[in-house]
Amino acid sequence: MSLTDLTIKGALEGLKKKEFTAVELNQAHIDAMAKHKDLNCYITETAGHALTQAAESDKRYASGNTLKLDGIPLGIKDIYCTKGIRTTVASRILENFVPTYESTVTSQLFAAGATCLGKLNLDEFAMGCSNETSYFGNVISPWKSKSEPNKQLVPGGSSGGSAAAVAARLCMGATGTDTGGSIRQPAALTGIVGMKPTYGRCSRWGIVAFASSLDQAGMFARTVEDTALLMNHACGHDEKDSTSSPREVPDFTQSVGQSIKGLKVGIPDEYRIDGLPEEITAEWDKGIEWLKSEGAEIVRISLPHTKYALPTYYIINPAEASSNLARYDGVRYGLRVDEGGNLNDMYEKTRAAGFGPEVRRRIMVGTYALSAGYYDAYYVKAQKTRRLILQDFEKAYEKCDFILTPPAPSAAFGIGEQIDDPIQMYLNDVFTVTVNLAGLPGLTVPTSLNSDGRPLGLQLIGRSFDEETLFRAGAAIEKCANFKAHPFKGDAA
Amino acid sequence: MSKISKEEAKRIAKLARIAVTDEEAEKIGPDLSNILGWIEQLAELNTDNVEPLANVANIDLKKRKDEVTDGDMQQDVLANAPESMEGFFVVPKVVE
Repeated sequence: MSLTDLTIKGALEGLKKKEFTAVELNQAHIDAMAKHKDLNCYITETAGHALTQAAESDKRYASGNTLKLDGIPLGIKDIYCTKGIRTTVASRILENFVPTYESTVTSQLFAAGATCLGKLNLDEFAMGCSNETSYFGNVISPWKSKSEPNKQLVPGGSSGGSAAAVAARLCMGATGTDTGGSIRQPAALTGIVGMKPTYGRCSRWGIVAFASSLDQAGMFARTVEDTALLMNHACGHDEKDSTSSPREVPDFTQSVGQSIKGLKVGIPDEYRIDGLPEEITAEWDKGIEWLKSEGAEIVRISLPHTKYALPTYYIINPAEASSNLARYDGVRYGLRVDEGGNLNDMYEKTRAAGFGPEVRRRIMVGTYALSAGYYDAYYVKAQKTRRLILQDFEKAYEKCDFILTPPAPSAAFGIGEQIDDPIQMYLNDVFTVTVNLAGLPGLTVPTSLNSDGRPLGLQLIGRSFDEETLFRAGAAIEKCANFKAHPFKGDAA
Repeated sequence: MSKISKEEAKRIAKLARIAVTDEEAEKIGPDLSNILGWIEQLAELNTDNVEPLANVANIDLKKRKDEVTDGDMQQDVLANAPESMEGFFVVPKVVE
């Protein structure tokens, strides 16, 4: 077996038994990155940095004083500030930005011994569902459509580089961020595991701000257990983020393998939306049967305000984005376009040149929704609807322990198929945005390939701060689904 | 339903400090109208007695002593500035 096909758990065992070194493990991934450069997963590769970190890991393995993630090569979504390593958010406006500080989540992962292979591509400022808005070009999914092998599939977004890289074995795990589905949807489209924890579980400090009341960090890996292990180190209270929770972080790996007998699984009526492809419904039904076979009890629930979640999200998200992105003014960091006019001319030209079309669109929608005369009709209205959506979940959790839904309304689509229709693109998040609006944890687990060879998965939604039940039930689904497909099966790798 | 005119589009762009040409403003109007029209389905929902929800983090913001906890990082602060001079950010002339 190639070193890049190992799980994180397997790699840690191999490193401890000295079957291979951390340098060898990292080099295997660096070679894979070179071989699959066409997927455009990485914006900035940091092979030298990873090998230096790996050499330090090898010293610790030699001395026996090892760390929990020692030598495990990770990719970092290029929205996490990394000290001394360029951080672009896939935007021209930060094309040459080199942070002088390290985000809390990445500093915790590296303190646990993980190495950094590079910075992963994403939708510009994490605004997108297909990784087609990046200034650094589209990310291409490693999966192929059987019926149209020449068609390039999207990896989903916004964490498209992270998802594609983990699926393509170009890193063992990756960080992501999830504002409306940006971890769970790309995980589903690329056949891997992705977790967005409860709002407040991970520090947002050092992550480029997008929509602050919705943004949450999370992790990708290829197994539920690996994801749980990474989440142990990504989570935790941080003085530097006032919304980060002081709650203790449990050892999430302990949940994996625990029985789900007697757990109540909520199936929301409102998620059976019109026009949902048969294969998505069928996969959902399979999930229900798997959970039943493991001893869980199925409960019908209602989340009556679901249909208002997307319009609510597309007020709150652009409003917060327009406010957060006001900082890009060409003065303190980033691009400046100064053609000799006054200060306002410089601001306007810098922002017109630095932001791509989707970012400009959201800033303008947000600016409008927050402007005098419209604030109550849009922004306050959305905040009220947001409360109703939260209350839907609170009521549902009186009857069930977690909720099972599809993660996305379709399998991966082709590059270019939806990018010209913003509302069509926004609909990709129909099953994921509710979770961000309510601040809940969500987990995507891969389950099958569809008849065309494209991955399908399931989403589990938990109670606030109950990631453990999701890992427990996610591992049960993983065991039943036994998803073993490899995007390069038949490849010489 | 909101119809955003070309003039309204220019006003929004101005508020957002994003330069737009006349041709761009022509396209922005219908684009924003389309999205806002879709968003306006919220109007059908009665929210009369609902408190707005600003943030789901159920955390009491902690107080701390008002004291300096870091500093002395002028070089770090200026490291990514497009233009700086003698420890300051440089901007186009603001005061005539």
